[in-house]
Amino acid sequence: MAVLITFIQRSIGQGIAILFGATGEILTEKSGNLNLGIPGIMYMGGVAGLLGAFFYENGTANPSPLAGMLISIICCLLCSLLGGLIYTFLTVTLRANQNVVGLALTTFGTGFGNFFGGSISKMAGGVGQISVKTTASAFRAKIPGLSGIPVIGQLLFNYGFLTYLAIILAVVCTYFLKRTRIGLHLVAVGESPATADSAGINVPKYKYTATLVGSMIAGLGGLYFVMEYLGGTWSNNGFGDRGWLAVALVILALWNPSNAIWGSLVFGALYIIYIYIPGLSRAQQELCKMLPYLVTLIVLVITSRRNKPENQPPASLGLSYFREER
Amino acid sequence: MSKQNNTSGRTVIHMEKRNSISRKKAWTIRLTAVLLSLIVCAIVIVAITKQNPLQVYAGIIQGAVGSKRRIWVTVRETVILLVIAVGLVPAFRMRFWNIGAEGQILMGGAASAALMIYLGNKLPLPVALILIIAVSAVAGMLWGIIPAFFKAYFNTNETLFTLMMNYVATQIINFLICIWENPKGSNTVGVINSKTKGGWFPKVFGSEYGLSVLIVLVVTVLITMYMNYSKHGYELAVVGESTETARYAGINVKNVIIRTMCLSGAVCGLAGALIVSGASHTISTSTAGGRGFTAIIVAWMSGSIQIATQFGLNENASDIITGILLFFLIGCEFFVNYKLSVYKEKEA
Repeated sequence: MAVLITFIQRSIGQGIAILFGATGEILTEKSGNLNLGIPGIMYMGGVAGLLGAFFYENGTANPSPLAGMLISIICCLLCSLLGGLIYTFLTVTLRANQNVVGLALTTFGTGFGNFFGGSISKMAGGVGQISVKTTASAFRAKIPGLSGIPVIGQLLFNYGFLTYLAIILAVVCTYFLKRTRIGLHLVAVGESPATADSAGINVPKYKYTATLVGSMIAGLGGLYFVMEYLGGTWSNNGFGDRGWLAVALVILALWNPSNAIWGSLVFGALYIIYIYIPGLSRAQQELCKMLPYLVTLIVLVITSRRNKPENQPPASLGLSYFREER
Repeated sequence: MSKQNNTSGRTVIHMEKRNSISRKKAWTIRLTAVLLSLIVCAIVIVAITKQNPLQVYAGIIQGAVGSKRRIWVTVRETVILLVIAVGLVPAFRMRFWNIGAEGQILMGGAASAALMIYLGNKLPLPVALILIIAVSAVAGMLWGIIPAFFKAYFNTNETLFTLMMNYVATQIINFLICIWENPKGSNTVGVINSKTKGGWFPKVFGSEYGLSVLIVLVVTVLITMYMNYSKHGYELAVVGESTETARYAGINVKNVIIRTMCLSGAVCGLAGALIVSGASHTISTSTAGGRGFTAIIVAWMSGSIQIATQFGLNENASDIITGILLFFLIGCEFFVNYKLSVYKEKEA
């Protein structure tokens, strides 16, 4: 029982960063932008939050957790916004190929994160020496009282506030995409920008807004990883391939943020299940880590086979919109 | 025809697609983009390292062509990127977004590593080399056929599919590393056949990389001919323009997709053999090292890794610089394709 509880807790811990990324990417993809720069943006968001907290904590005598938290969130949002801006300017305004821009942004963002993460580690005295414990304590604060309840409390109330924010954001995004006028306009832009354009919808504006907001949400995933998961420190490439898992989760969730909530739990569980299966050799463990991607591939094939329109990728996904080629 | 941006000062930006552009003008624009990106990079270099950027650039050039050995390394990196880019061209011309070059390279590399380990010392070198090249091409091809098959028959999104295949390939490499680990516990494969050099590319033109260059040149010429002078090449271009037109003209679209991806995957697999058997003589998850992602444009930047070693920066700084250069080069294509004219609007 205790093992099961830690397993679920750890799965959620792995899943939340991916959930942020996936929610952001769904919003982005709904506008027809396939932002493959999300992994890079998550690195950028994470390191910016860490930098902000680091300079705040080193610059003040008595850093308060709350102020540190706010500063790191603002830094994280601004930096992921910058990443999103590079992407949207190149793809929407300059109509560059989305795949190429996205991959270049991931190269850039990963380098950006590791460079600054590595630099402040050096400033703080060596690899793994950097620590923003005060700020991280605000991120890691659990709900008092409730988290003490056996089993239920341990499973449901034992996380920092970003975990709940991730779930709320996913639910809000689903509502936004399905029930609000702006959300439906956004879906129209992603399905057929030419039709949306002739209906009087400002296509570039929707593409810009959705991608920028999506980038900021994804950036929070990086912040979650740095602050709550790692506890306010940096390890180069520590974020690993979670950014790509977020892109994969979009497919598993069938472009619906609420599905991404349980999907992130599944991915989180698949990501660490090799630790909990007894008697695996190291080679077999490596094969186990393939599972999230295999599951995604299977889902991708099944959805394209079943051809249900609401479960498909947005029709114009990955294509730049040329008004004059209508 | 055009998009108008009405700002408060009644300045109108008029955007028009160019019908044609002189080669000279197009290259002027591209060159300007490179210069601009170098300036932005210089600012970044000064901001984060306080080094003289000119020295850093001199270091890059020095690193790329400073000695005979370095020239060969630069040539090797460039031709490997070239062959990957050449492999991607048929798929991209068909508008099949093969993001899976990384995976195809890794599978090709794994195949050649396997042959080097199990047969490298048993077969005569020419036989081993032919086998390595053939089998790694087949391995890359298989990795390319899978997404092509699902694209052709189920219309599965190929961008997402090939992307996921990269990570399946990465895990297969991790799995193989556990099996081939040498020495035990190092979690790397180490240099394969370091004493016997079984399955290593021999020296040609006085360099161990000469054979790679030769192979790449032959492949490049062959693919160029295939694209421009063969019926297949014409058909895949038609499919890229419009599958409907292709179908109407009696082209078997499914066949074309699968056939083209066989070719694309095979060339990327071959690139894996060039990297493993022709250069590094080992295999790791970083064998492809992002080359599949940035193959086309990174060829410009083969020296960037040198910044790292020469100026005490880590390789991440060169990633940042590569990224900035890519952004500018990608962005400038807009100005090659479109004409902007700014003028004051007359009173209405």
